[in-house]
Amino acid sequence: MNQNVIYSINGPVVTVKDTADFTMMEMVYVGEKHLIGEVISITTKATTIQVYEETTGLRPGEPVEPTGMPLCATLGPGIIRNIFDGIERPLKDIAAISGHFIAEGSNVPSLDPNQKWQVTLKVKAGDTVTGGQIYATCPETPVVEHRCMVPPDLSGTISWTAPDGEYTVNDVVAKLTDKKGVEHSLTLCQRWPIRQPRPVQRRLPISRPLITGQRVIDTLFPIAKGGTAAVPGGFGTGKTMTQHQIAKWCDADIIVYVGCGERGNEMTQVLEEFSELIDPRTQKPLTDRTVLIANTSNMPVAAREASIYTGVTLAEYYRDMGYHVAVMADSTSRWAEALREISGRLEEMPAEEGFPAYLPSRISQFYERAGYMLTKCDKEGSVSIIGAVSPQGADFSEPVTQNTKRFVRCFWALDKNLAYARHYAAINWNLSYSEYLDDLADWYDREVNPQFIEYRRQITALLGEESQLMEIVKLIGADVLPDYQKLVLEVAKLIRVGFLQQNAFHKDDTYVPMPKQFRMMEVILYLYKKALPLVNSGVPVTFISETGLFDTIVKMKYEVPNDHMELFDHYFTEIDEKLSKLAR
Amino acid sequence: MSNIQFTGLSEINGPLIALDHVPEVSYEEMVEIVLDDGSSRFGRVVQIEGEKAIVQVFEGTTGISLHNTRTRFLGHPMQIPLSTELLGRVFSGSGTPIDGLGDVYAERYGDVNGRPLNPVSRTYPRNYINTGISTIDCMTTLIRGQKLPIFSGSGMSHNKLAVQIVRQAQITGEEDAKFCVIFAAMGVTNDVAEYFRRSFEQSGVMSRVVMFLNLSNDPIIERILTPKCALTAAEYLAFEHDMHVLVILTDITSYCEALREFSSSKGEIPGRKGYPGYLYSDLASLYERAGIVKGRKGSVTQIPILTMPNDDITHPVPDLTGYITEGQIVLDRSLEQSGCYPPIGVLPSLSRLMKDGVGAGYTREDHSAVTNQLFASYAKVQDARALASVIGEEELSKVDRMYMEFGRMFEKFFVSQGVNENRTIEQTLDLGWRLLSLLPMEELDRVDNAILKQHYVGNAAESFREAE
Repeated sequence: MNQNVIYSINGPVVTVKDTADFTMMEMVYVGEKHLIGEVISITTKATTIQVYEETTGLRPGEPVEPTGMPLCATLGPGIIRNIFDGIERPLKDIAAISGHFIAEGSNVPSLDPNQKWQVTLKVKAGDTVTGGQIYATCPETPVVEHRCMVPPDLSGTISWTAPDGEYTVNDVVAKLTDKKGVEHSLTLCQRWPIRQPRPVQRRLPISRPLITGQRVIDTLFPIAKGGTAAVPGGFGTGKTMTQHQIAKWCDADIIVYVGCGERGNEMTQVLEEFSELIDPRTQKPLTDRTVLIANTSNMPVAAREASIYTGVTLAEYYRDMGYHVAVMADSTSRWAEALREISGRLEEMPAEEGFPAYLPSRISQFYERAGYMLTKCDKEGSVSIIGAVSPQGADFSEPVTQNTKRFVRCFWALDKNLAYARHYAAINWNLSYSEYLDDLADWYDREVNPQFIEYRRQITALLGEESQLMEIVKLIGADVLPDYQKLVLEVAKLIRVGFLQQNAFHKDDTYVPMPKQFRMMEVILYLYKKALPLVNSGVPVTFISETGLFDTIVKMKYEVPNDHMELFDHYFTEIDEKLSKLAR
Repeated sequence: MSNIQFTGLSEINGPLIALDHVPEVSYEEMVEIVLDDGSSRFGRVVQIEGEKAIVQVFEGTTGISLHNTRTRFLGHPMQIPLSTELLGRVFSGSGTPIDGLGDVYAERYGDVNGRPLNPVSRTYPRNYINTGISTIDCMTTLIRGQKLPIFSGSGMSHNKLAVQIVRQAQITGEEDAKFCVIFAAMGVTNDVAEYFRRSFEQSGVMSRVVMFLNLSNDPIIERILTPKCALTAAEYLAFEHDMHVLVILTDITSYCEALREFSSSKGEIPGRKGYPGYLYSDLASLYERAGIVKGRKGSVTQIPILTMPNDDITHPVPDLTGYITEGQIVLDRSLEQSGCYPPIGVLPSLSRLMKDGVGAGYTREDHSAVTNQLFASYAKVQDARALASVIGEEELSKVDRMYMEFGRMFEKFFVSQGVNENRTIEQTLDLGWRLLSLLPMEELDRVDNAILKQHYVGNAAESFREAE
């Protein structure tokens, strides 16, 4: 066989001439340093490869070796708590080899080959197993039990098992003989191509919300477990902040946080903060349920393109074990730009704003990997995807935002003006929407309160009325409005400041459980209900403001701790007392 | 280093030349081109196809023909000499000394492309740099290891502000901290470069300044290298000599335009406004070189300055910059015209890292409270002003008129300050509380009651009237 050698080099794109040795999407080693690359186009004349590392110093004539496999993720214990780059190389191990700055060709195994895991076998010799069935478990972190599953394309009879005990990821713990009589060794890990969704039994209907503890999300624009959401916003509007808050507090079992083309310091912050924060549900550090994928903006662009696939593959793997996984992708625009950059180097015909014509299909393929599934081991698991979008010039009509909007069902539009006024979360209630509300209505009825959906409707109605009235106020001032409309403005302000705005740095307000969210709505609407007849009977709104009720209720988010719901009662008595005085 | 020389070229196009039949060339390799008249130019390999190499010539291709050159490949990527002797020196955009003091004795040579800093090796920046400017210290605190650009426009006082920051910047907390400044000029006029040099000399800091100058009449391709050289020097001083390095890069817009010119001459497919599709990655490879490395004492802090064409913050250059940097300081033309210096538009400005670098132990425990409340109250001033412009100020409600007054005082006493006025953080924060006290207590809804009672000043209005 002739050795394949590099013919041309242009940024991260390398070509090999006159060869038929490669297959599409195959992973290859490029050059003497063994840089990792992937085959992205093949013609009879040349094979084009995108390289996941810096190509500085590469020469034509250096060898290119096929591996015979598409780009795969290694799946096994040791993923949680780890921090990987875009092609699942552990950054800590790279730092140990090449120092503080990442050098090319640092090939390290994804999972620590020396760490021992306390493995319990779940099958015995003679058992018939099918793809996806659990054959062994081990505690990966104090909160995550790792369940090793038979690779999806394999089934047969177990011919041998190792005794329970300590094993490394590459030790064989069981052997399986398939129908053709071929014996396969099962270790603690398996490999899966990152661009291919992992199979499941079937999709289940969406029925449960992903509770985030953020009032504007849980109450107004909820996302379901297995759902998709996009967070678009210009720079400085708090995309990353919103993603961090959700990653910290949402009730998923596992968080996959993909920092795709973002800032290095932000990943450091996540690393530090998550190891200090305690998960309110398990009382363990948040890192015990978190995987980080960090391909910062100065790391190679091709690996950035791969990073979100790596992230979603890891998520699907844990979903198959029966966990609820939430994927944060920050930001998908950087991923789309990586697509554009590679496409430009290939001299493909550009569509809108230089993005390749296949942008929409790639975006939909990514978001469609979310879902609430019945897995192959008969468990329920879900992958929810929350993607940040960074529109150029904060213009939501650009291609990435528009195409994302078509494929997600939940849209949290961040607003520059809210962010400038330091209103967190800066989610604009007029532009955002959630299509999951109908699917989740039963859950809210059952688990929170039968009144919940009705209260939510009233809250949005008041906000909608306010935005219409503000058009008038902007032109002629608030003084000319009739008093019942002034009351709407006052109550809507109460909703905005007292309910929607949330302080991420306050120990109670950073995460608010559903009962408290419901009670807060109840108090605000009770005030409106009681005040409206007074105003209609001729009591000026200023009199109601002077009772100080608005100021008291605005601060209830701080005054009532998350586990003392009974403290809400005195707000109702206070409203009754103070307003009854006005009635006389 | 290879001694083989290749005579002649096969193609010349803008700043690019092509050579045929050159085996064994590596990507991004440095190239020396000697002309028949004996002068030499440098370039680097930007594309390789078989035995054909495309080379970008830093000094431009004027005077080069297909026959009058001899080209040598140097066998390594672009490097600059590194040593502590860099301090006090002036270099061209590609790292050649231009102050007539001869070559730098190199302790080692550094590849200007740098390498990405491993995220796990970063230390999260927490300690602030005191600039003595109220709006920056209080509202958009500059943190060591941060990249905080100044978004400006033509004719605004960004240079003055940058000089004031350099002059007043203080590292608090560590007595023996070594501090130095690296100044990289890209496409600025001779006058501006001279202004910076004079200002550094007058304030006696020149001995800890390294200047890399690519002026507006210098070759454009060299401009692409200027920030890379500057940041390579910065990383060396910070991470090998424990210095706190403040890097000023001006003007990023010129840099991006040079990149656009280079990209179009290479025949690449353009993205938005003709800028190359990889502009984001390219800018990130500069900005992300700010930071602190675990186990090292030094830090690299960047203040890139960019002029927004037509004051348009959605132009690709400020837009992409804002997505990479950790906040921005935006200058406001209407403030500038009203005679306010520094004309910092408070609301669109932001420092993403300040939340962890202020408060007890760094500045003062009430810092974030006063900042949040100032932001929120000043945002309401804008609403009141919008309304006043329609219905007139007399028609406003009592509270709105108080906001108008607060806005005026805030701009006059807080945002405005003298070019040589150096306010301590205590002065700045106290001033913030006094200004907030112009508003009724119940309007200050972002602050805990306890903190509010402690800092609310009763007779604020009078004290400002006296000051006027």
